[in-house]
Amino acid sequence: MFAFIVRRIIQSIIVMLVISFIGFSVQHNIGDPVRDMVGISVSVAEREAIRDELGLNDPFWVQYGRFVRNALHGDLGTSYFHSKPALDVILSKAPATLELVFGSSVIILVFTFPVGIYSALRPRSWFSRFVMGASTVGVAVPVFLTAIALIYVFGVELNWLPAYGRGETVNVHGWESGLLTMDGIQHLILPSISLSSIMLPLYIRLIRSEMMEVLETDYIKFAWAKGLHRKRIWLVHAFKNTLLPVVTVFGVEIGILFAFTLLTETVFQWQGMGFMFLEAVERSDTALLVAYLVVVGAMFVVINTLVDIVYGFINPMVRVTGAK
Amino acid sequence: MNTWQRFRDSYFFYSFKRDPVAIVSSAVFFFLVAIAFLAPVVAPFDPYDTATIDILDAEIPPSWMEGGEDRFWLGTDIQGRDLLSTMLYGLRTSVIIGLGAVIFQAVVGILVGLTSGYLGGKIDSFLMRVADIQFSIPYLIVAIIASAIFQLAFGVGRFEELAMPLLILIIGMSEWPKYARTVRASVLGERKKEYVEAARVIGLNRRLIMFRHILPNTMTPVLVISTIQVAQAVMSEAALSFLGLGMPITKPSLGSLINAGFEYVFSGSWWITFFPGLLLVTFTLVIILFGDWMRDVLNPKLYKG
Repeated sequence: MFAFIVRRIIQSIIVMLVISFIGFSVQHNIGDPVRDMVGISVSVAEREAIRDELGLNDPFWVQYGRFVRNALHGDLGTSYFHSKPALDVILSKAPATLELVFGSSVIILVFTFPVGIYSALRPRSWFSRFVMGASTVGVAVPVFLTAIALIYVFGVELNWLPAYGRGETVNVHGWESGLLTMDGIQHLILPSISLSSIMLPLYIRLIRSEMMEVLETDYIKFAWAKGLHRKRIWLVHAFKNTLLPVVTVFGVEIGILFAFTLLTETVFQWQGMGFMFLEAVERSDTALLVAYLVVVGAMFVVINTLVDIVYGFINPMVRVTGAK
Repeated sequence: MNTWQRFRDSYFFYSFKRDPVAIVSSAVFFFLVAIAFLAPVVAPFDPYDTATIDILDAEIPPSWMEGGEDRFWLGTDIQGRDLLSTMLYGLRTSVIIGLGAVIFQAVVGILVGLTSGYLGGKIDSFLMRVADIQFSIPYLIVAIIASAIFQLAFGVGRFEELAMPLLILIIGMSEWPKYARTVRASVLGERKKEYVEAARVIGLNRRLIMFRHILPNTMTPVLVISTIQVAQAVMSEAALSFLGLGMPITKPSLGSLINAGFEYVFSGSWWITFFPGLLLVTFTLVIILFGDWMRDVLNPKLYKG
């Protein structure tokens, strides 16, 4: 197990080096930091002096080494537009994105389990048929169309919920939270629903098929034969065993949810990391873009490494296949 | 004639005939692809021809609504282009990018999967590690960041010129691991079979065995994932264009049309977003339905409710 963890960590370090290398090559080749710093009136000789001073004339590998060293010290460069360290800009936007992911995870968990289990237990009822049909269509509807439709119906026509922004936020130890005010929660509802809409159909199908499979197994038949109450069979015996695969998939899918926050944040002008990233692209803010790349890369590497290590503990097969 | 006869007697065709969903979805699919590629012929206007566009025609509602004009059946977009024609050209763009990206990722993925599965050893574990790593980062994030980098590197103007090949490249590169894994898995299943050993014994070279003998036998799973991948690629393209990282509004795909229209939804011009959105959903839905049917027929073992 120890060897497995070490191997996994070495691998994630290599991945981080590759990601930082891509990030650095982007920064190295696009944009001119000297031009961003000084005006047009500065002479060529002075520019050269600044270049030397900043170390921009050093060989590529020396500069890359410096980039990695700075990154390890938490310095990912300075955002050109915000004139602040890029990492600070990203961290100040992170709470919004995390709360959005949290909101839609809650919606997913609350809705998919009852619906999925019900449609597994009563596959022929009209409700289950409707759910299965709707989930097929749901897979084909892009998240931004769901978002636009929700804004149009609930934000514009019915005027029930706010359609843009985060609303009132409270600063809790540097974490700008929208979860503590009524206004903030109201602003969270529509974006969370649209973001969860990509996962709802897949999840309902997954839970349904896992549950149906478990219901066919021998130990469930035995439980029926034993004369247990059906609620006990369904909820204790069957449901528990559908949980493991579902929870495992959820760990992976949360990364996909994160990817789709970019689209959701754009539609709702939600001031999160994705919105910031697209603004950075529009403003050609290379430093911020590179910092985003490194932060997101690190996030996925950490999540995946942790998930793999946890799997290693739960399921010895992972360790064995990983060891060959 | 013989092939046609064999196809008509096959189980594939038999179950196709008996499945209304498969018939309808494939009919709609081929109809949409046909009108998309025939867009220059069937579309009433040419949205790329700036001479015929009049900005005064902007935001005309569909013809059956008040203020609508008979010339523009589905109304016009914000630049005064006929919406129906623009949608047809947009669908063509989406289809080309979708198919192109899938062909690209299939070629890369099949090469990697075949090499990896047949040669095994160090090459196999290296290639599969690379695939694992890329797989662990959602394809959409890869595609978005890649197109952002390309846009910065080329500048917006140049990016817009090159948008179509670049999008094929970006979407293709972000999805190849799926093919690589699928092909590798079936190559591993085929590799030890007798026909491969026989081919080796008669002294055929490795490349011939890989491409002529093993590859055709791995095509079923490739076909099954390909349909879903086309839908996925079309949706990725729409997402990128919606974010402003894909096709420019001068050469719109369905995604960029939705993006351009979405600010006008709230001032009442819902049709600019609604019709392209409906077309996009219909197109991906029929591909998904057809893909589901194909998966069930070709791979009954995989079938799950």
